[in-house]
Amino acid sequence: METYRLLDPDGTLRDDPAAEHVDAELCRALYRDMVLARRLDSEAYNLQRQGELGLWLQCLGQEAAQVGSIRAIRDDDQVFPSYRDHAAAMCRGITAEALLAQWRGVRQSGWDPAEHHFGIYTLVLAAQLLHAVGYAMGVARDGTDEIVLTYFGDGSSSEGEANEAFNWAATVHAPVLFFCQNNQWAISTPTSAQFGAPLHRRAEGFGLAAQLVDGNDVLAVRAATQRAAEAVRRGEGPALIEATTYRMAGHSTSDDPTRYRSEAELDHWRTLDPIDRLRRLLEREQWTDEAFVADLDAEADALGTEVRRVCRALPDPDPAAMFAHVLPTGSPTVDHQREAYAAYSASFEED
Amino acid sequence: MPTTETFRLPDVGEGLTEADILTWHVAVGDAVTVNRTLVEVETAKAAVELPCPFDGTVAEILVGEGDTVAVGSPIVTITTATEPAEEGSGDVLVGYGTSASATRRRRRRAPEPATPAVGNGRPPATPPVRKMAKDAGVDLAEVAYEGERISREDVRRHLEQEPEPAGETRERIAGVRKATAAAVTTSAFTAPHVTEFLTVDATETMATVAVLKEHPAFAGVRVTPLLLVARAVLSAIRHHPEVHARWDEANQEIVRLRTVNLGIAAATPRGLIVPNVPDAGSLTLVGLARALEELTTTAREGRTTPERMRGGTVTITNVGVFGVDAATPILNPGESAILGVGRIARRPWEYHGEVALREVTTLSLSFDHRLVDGELGSRVLARIGAVLSDPARELLLD
Repeated sequence: METYRLLDPDGTLRDDPAAEHVDAELCRALYRDMVLARRLDSEAYNLQRQGELGLWLQCLGQEAAQVGSIRAIRDDDQVFPSYRDHAAAMCRGITAEALLAQWRGVRQSGWDPAEHHFGIYTLVLAAQLLHAVGYAMGVARDGTDEIVLTYFGDGSSSEGEANEAFNWAATVHAPVLFFCQNNQWAISTPTSAQFGAPLHRRAEGFGLAAQLVDGNDVLAVRAATQRAAEAVRRGEGPALIEATTYRMAGHSTSDDPTRYRSEAELDHWRTLDPIDRLRRLLEREQWTDEAFVADLDAEADALGTEVRRVCRALPDPDPAAMFAHVLPTGSPTVDHQREAYAAYSASFEED
Repeated sequence: MPTTETFRLPDVGEGLTEADILTWHVAVGDAVTVNRTLVEVETAKAAVELPCPFDGTVAEILVGEGDTVAVGSPIVTITTATEPAEEGSGDVLVGYGTSASATRRRRRRAPEPATPAVGNGRPPATPPVRKMAKDAGVDLAEVAYEGERISREDVRRHLEQEPEPAGETRERIAGVRKATAAAVTTSAFTAPHVTEFLTVDATETMATVAVLKEHPAFAGVRVTPLLLVARAVLSAIRHHPEVHARWDEANQEIVRLRTVNLGIAAATPRGLIVPNVPDAGSLTLVGLARALEELTTTAREGRTTPERMRGGTVTITNVGVFGVDAATPILNPGESAILGVGRIARRPWEYHGEVALREVTTLSLSFDHRLVDGELGSRVLARIGAVLSDPARELLLD
């Protein structure tokens, strides 16, 4: 299958019917989404390195795949994310404070999935694909025209859950769109060691309508996702998009990618950077001006300051609260542990 | 009102307890801004740059390059121009404050008199305190305490009482040193080692190296005596494949290996590592030369990936580079043989019935005596020696 692309790395729009709907307003909005997401991502990374977050998984390099897809579906379409989908989360109005709380370890999750139609992050690989299929079955029974979109990665696609989800979605005709951000690396495992046939081909075998798209081309991702989402919404059955992108940072702040991949590879993907690519189009078409650039810079700086402020201001939970969440009715063992903890805690004094 | 902020070493990798300071990117008096790199540290997982959380001026650098620092220790102080308003401190995640006014809590001294240890006879202490004492090399039985249990404070006080004896310093065992120690200990005490020595005239080897260096096929490739030693080892394995095997204790089997992944012990800035050339037997001489050059360059630059250190089947260690003649090398764990190569030096040697100055070297072959008997080991060593004595002819006949 040929990779679907609208925008070449040098910023040239291809001759394609979908390109006719591309205008200044759209490109500026998508560009803003991606720039702000990258800023939040890099601030969060720095906060981790300053001891303010326990862990952070960067979305650096994957902004186009996330922004292009989430901006192509309706705000009431339910999304089941993985754990690196910060750009998509921000597009759903999830705040920096909500995004960081989980990684600071002060809350189990940061936001209300119902309010944002955006599930909480799932760290169990591929579990969210089954959640998505189940939810989509519910949507079908409710008879609404919502669809469900779920994000996952190339590594997750090897999990049994992913393949069960593909199969069951196709079998029951669930209104779900599987969106794979194939970022080439599952921690240190390259895609060459992950699957023998590309995911979009495997998807066809399950009976999913599959597309392969350049995941660093935000316009192509958006157009492909729109097409797939409309088909799913019309009741044509589940679909899968494999977006080819690249994780430009480590797997997480605990990972050292220089141990398993080369600088040359990274350099190659830098030339395909999704934000640079869209900026080239904006400049080429003169869809940007100094005011736009200056405003966006200022907005990004303000976001950076805000991210640092809200992160440090996140309140620590009361450690004793953990006992309240073990069992709904308590038990002698838990009660005993709570009392022992209270006594231990009371044995400290202010200096 | 200027305020002094302290930056403490964070846990950058989910449960790390310490890091080594690699390089300071700032000096005292430097102006710094938020997110500017302060220092590069190396943890058990990765080398990581730490960005500055404050705008201000570097007041004091509290730890030096090469120091191993516990997570939570102050490493630098920054004087900030203003009140710590927006970029202010507050508590960082790892359980201590960056703010100068952070309230510290300590354990209240228990009013009860000291009670003797009960139960299992161990001195009473919580697991974190036990770990702290163990890490600091303190025997809890010797720590004086009041109350029910030994506290961190008691351990600290104990440490302060006992200064390090004059004339010795102590260093934590960590990183590559720790891994090396574990590997050699396992190997030395599971595989019974035998080492044999053979001194050979390597003049022809040196001549062949000189010829190859000039050959157009080797243009741009480094040719060293190690190339011919590697080739000699491959030849010996071809002649005596029984030596190329692994002892599988769990399954009570001897595993014969077909593919030679040739390990080269390398002294690197981070310590001893043994990367290998995969399937070295399948390479041409030029290919082998290239592979060895790439391997040594990568190792020297500290860029060897863990992948390249796995799966070795036999190893060469070039102790000659340190100016010594012979060694009793310890097997790389899981392998059955390791060849030590001494320095190649001009020495008087019997040559065509007379004494001549020849390029002489001593080979030391250690092997796993469970797999390799003295006879087989001797044949292998003799074959390596024969190739190095006359590489052109022996490799032609190989």
